[in-house]
Amino acid sequence: MEDLIAGAAMLARLDVIIALLVGSIGGVIIGAIPGVGPAVAIAILLPATFSLDPIVGLTMLLGIYGSSMYGGAIPAVLINTPGTAVNALTSYDGYPMTQRGEAHRAVSLAYSASFWGGMFGILCLILLSPVLALIAPMFGSREIFLAALLGIILVVLAHRGQIMAAGMLAMFGIFLQTIGLDAVTYTQRYTFEMSFLTSGINLIVVVLGLFALSQAFFLLTAPDESPEAKPVQGKMTAGIKELMKHKRVATVASGFGVILGMIPGTGEFTAQFMSYTYAQKTSKNPELFGKGSPEGLVASEAANNAVPAAAMIPLLALGIPGEALTAMMLSVFYVHNVIPGPQLFQNNLDLVYGLYIALILLNIIVMVFLLFSTNMLTKIIRIPTRFLGVMILILSFVGVYSLRNSLTDVMLSAGFGVLGLILKRLNLPIVPIILGMVLGGIMEVKLRSALPRLKTPFDMIDRPIAFILFVMILLVIALHIRTLIKEYRTHQPDEDHKLHDSQMR
Amino acid sequence: MSRVKTLQVLFKRYRRPGDIVFAWVLLAVSLFLLSQIFDQTAYKAGKKLFAQPRFWPAVSLSLMTGFAAFHLLGSLLSERIEGRWREVWLWISSLEYAGWFIGYAMLVPLTGYLSTTLAFAVLLVLRAGYRSRTAVLSAVASAFVIVLLFKTFLQVKLPAGKIYDALPDGLRQIMLNYF
Repeated sequence: MEDLIAGAAMLARLDVIIALLVGSIGGVIIGAIPGVGPAVAIAILLPATFSLDPIVGLTMLLGIYGSSMYGGAIPAVLINTPGTAVNALTSYDGYPMTQRGEAHRAVSLAYSASFWGGMFGILCLILLSPVLALIAPMFGSREIFLAALLGIILVVLAHRGQIMAAGMLAMFGIFLQTIGLDAVTYTQRYTFEMSFLTSGINLIVVVLGLFALSQAFFLLTAPDESPEAKPVQGKMTAGIKELMKHKRVATVASGFGVILGMIPGTGEFTAQFMSYTYAQKTSKNPELFGKGSPEGLVASEAANNAVPAAAMIPLLALGIPGEALTAMMLSVFYVHNVIPGPQLFQNNLDLVYGLYIALILLNIIVMVFLLFSTNMLTKIIRIPTRFLGVMILILSFVGVYSLRNSLTDVMLSAGFGVLGLILKRLNLPIVPIILGMVLGGIMEVKLRSALPRLKTPFDMIDRPIAFILFVMILLVIALHIRTLIKEYRTHQPDEDHKLHDSQMR
Repeated sequence: MSRVKTLQVLFKRYRRPGDIVFAWVLLAVSLFLLSQIFDQTAYKAGKKLFAQPRFWPAVSLSLMTGFAAFHLLGSLLSERIEGRWREVWLWISSLEYAGWFIGYAMLVPLTGYLSTTLAFAVLLVLRAGYRSRTAVLSAVASAFVIVLLFKTFLQVKLPAGKIYDALPDGLRQIMLNYF
């Protein structure tokens, strides 16, 4: 209880409240603009938050993370273009509703479902906290190594139909983090006698290049577009009443969001897909799905909004990010010398509670903001895409250059920007590179620190949690092989979907 | 025959033009990096295998090469999509914008953050094909807001322009600190 009060007190500061407002409202606006996702915004703002207090910087970034999907539903419903990639399924049913003249109903229902999902996710996070505080200390070096390894395997296997590319890029990420002076043996690794490589390749430089600059290049090299969204008429509170008719779908979808949000590499897209399938299978009107079904809309929005809170679970408890956005947040923790992981729950429980409360507040702020500002946001959607590209380029400079005023960083991030553009154009995922860098670093450190206690290889899995993780790794691989064999036997390989999680983020 | 065909189908996936070029380049890069493993990493005698500084680069690059080879195999077995070189040209043309970005970063320490950002925004908006007064004015206004937000209010660490030295005393101090 003391920690809860201390957490609330942490937020009761003007700068934190401003950060929360800026983050959550800014997140909605960023989410609403097709072409700028939360990853672009977080990548740009990341270095700017380094000079702020940890709680101020984190609430701002958390605000963007948690609120962007609310905004992303607006263009998905109104112009059939998801604001963020994870709103893709929202457009399946939202846009047909708009075509039927029910834009208002669709938008307000999407907000209400998002709110439901968001709050459900936080509730689970809060309820799970005591369990996490109990389990987290059981995670030593071996367990964290195995969890990170499981994360890498899941990230690769989650990219169905693109596993080879995802594997290649994840390994590239692991390789990138090895470049520079080895911290233990003080030997050079892949520096090619170039002094700027001695200190390694900075994660933020890579993130900014792959997410922000690549998006700027992507928009600037593509034909100019200016999406046209018509204003919406009617009361936005109507959706809340309608949502009550779909409580079951909303709750199950949020549940999917929470479970898949906790598992590294799966995230919003898979959660959305599974809850949409569930909603369709259990619906009285399955034929309406894809043609403007309110249930489909609720399933997709509730699922993706439950993910951010759930994704904080492995990050806070184990220091393991499950996707790109939490990987970026991890670097904010590190900069402020707050190391997420088992000790966080013992030493900084007030910060953890502070973050929970911030998550609740941001959902409320966003909901209230959206009830009054949807029509303003429909105007923002109309920003021409190339103009947006110019602005992202200018903003990216602040992000890269403010890190350490290095022109080399600028050149490196421009290089990664071009790589990101190629990946986006080829519909290949970017996230494995980032997670490879972060999880690769964790694996190297944890394996080294576990070594003195290992006499035989079996010592690696002689503790209960380590053994469970090891079994999970085997299970995941076995399940994947089973699916491959099944596909091979039916002669019908799974068609890769066009909509990919890494796109447009 | 049908078995071969099924294997081909297994490796096929949704792809876009230029995929095979990327696959070849990535395989070449992985092979090159892997070939440098003995030159670019050290082996410390007496240390366990897993603690060797060479261990993780070797593991990641070996697997990267393997995945890159299979990725290329997938590309080779898939139908050719028209527009391969047009796509590659688009990738190369993006280097122009990378050049703009680097040029911008090189100029800021000389001409100052405010003036460089304003000039860069206007020039790039014109380069992007906009000619209307509204577009140019919006670029100027947005650039100004960005400078105000990051440099003036958030005091983000950016170097002051050398050009500011030529300004009169009072104004110079303001420009050095806030713009």
